[in-house]
Amino acid sequence: MSWMHTTFALILLPAIVVGMFRILRGPTAADRMVTAQLFGTCGVAILLLLGTGMGNPVLLDIALVFALLAALTTMTFIRRTWHGSGKKKHGHPIP
Amino acid sequence: MDILYHSGTVLILLGLSFFLSGTVGLIRFPDIYTRLHALTKADNVGLGFVVSGLALQSGSWAVTAKLLLIWLLVLIASSASCHLIARSAMQKNIQPWTR
Repeated sequence: MSWMHTTFALILLPAIVVGMFRILRGPTAADRMVTAQLFGTCGVAILLLLGTGMGNPVLLDIALVFALLAALTTMTFIRRTWHGSGKKKHGHPIP
Repeated sequence: MDILYHSGTVLILLGLSFFLSGTVGLIRFPDIYTRLHALTKADNVGLGFVVSGLALQSGSWAVTAKLLLIWLLVLIASSASCHLIARSAMQKNIQPWTR
C-alpha cells in the first residue's frame, strides 16, 4: 500500500466533483457529454493510480475496459441523439 | 532504481496539474468548441504524464505495455469523439464564440 499514489488519486477526485457543475449548467447536451468524457479520462487515471497504490493489478484491467467503452459512449451519443442537420435520417448522415 | 521512482513521481505530479487545468478550462471556457479544446488536449497530456510516471515506477515491461495500451485507447476515443462532437455542433449551426 503506497500512500503517495492514494493521495494522488484523492487529488484527482475534485476534478470530477467540479465537472458535475458543468453537467448541471451545460447549455447543450454535448457539454454534458464532454463532461462525461472528462469522467472517463479522470476515472482511468484514478484507477491506474489506485491500482498501483493498492498493489491490485485487476484495477488496470478495469481501466482498460473503461478506455474501451469511452470511445463507444460518445459515438453512440452522436449517432443516436445529437447528429447534425438530420437531412438523411436513415442511411449515412455523414456527408 | 531510486532515480526512476522519483522521476516517475515528478511526472505524475505534472500530469495531475494538467488534469486540474483541464477541469478549470471545462468550467471557465465560454462555448462547446473551447471546452472540447480544453478537455481533449489537456486531459490526454495529463493522462500521458501519469501513465509514463507509473510505467517508470512499475519496473515491469508487461505492466508498461498495458499502461501504454490504455493511453492509446483513451487517445483514440477522445480524438474521435472530439471530432464528432465538433462536426455535429457545426452542422447544428452553433456559432463559435468570438470576443
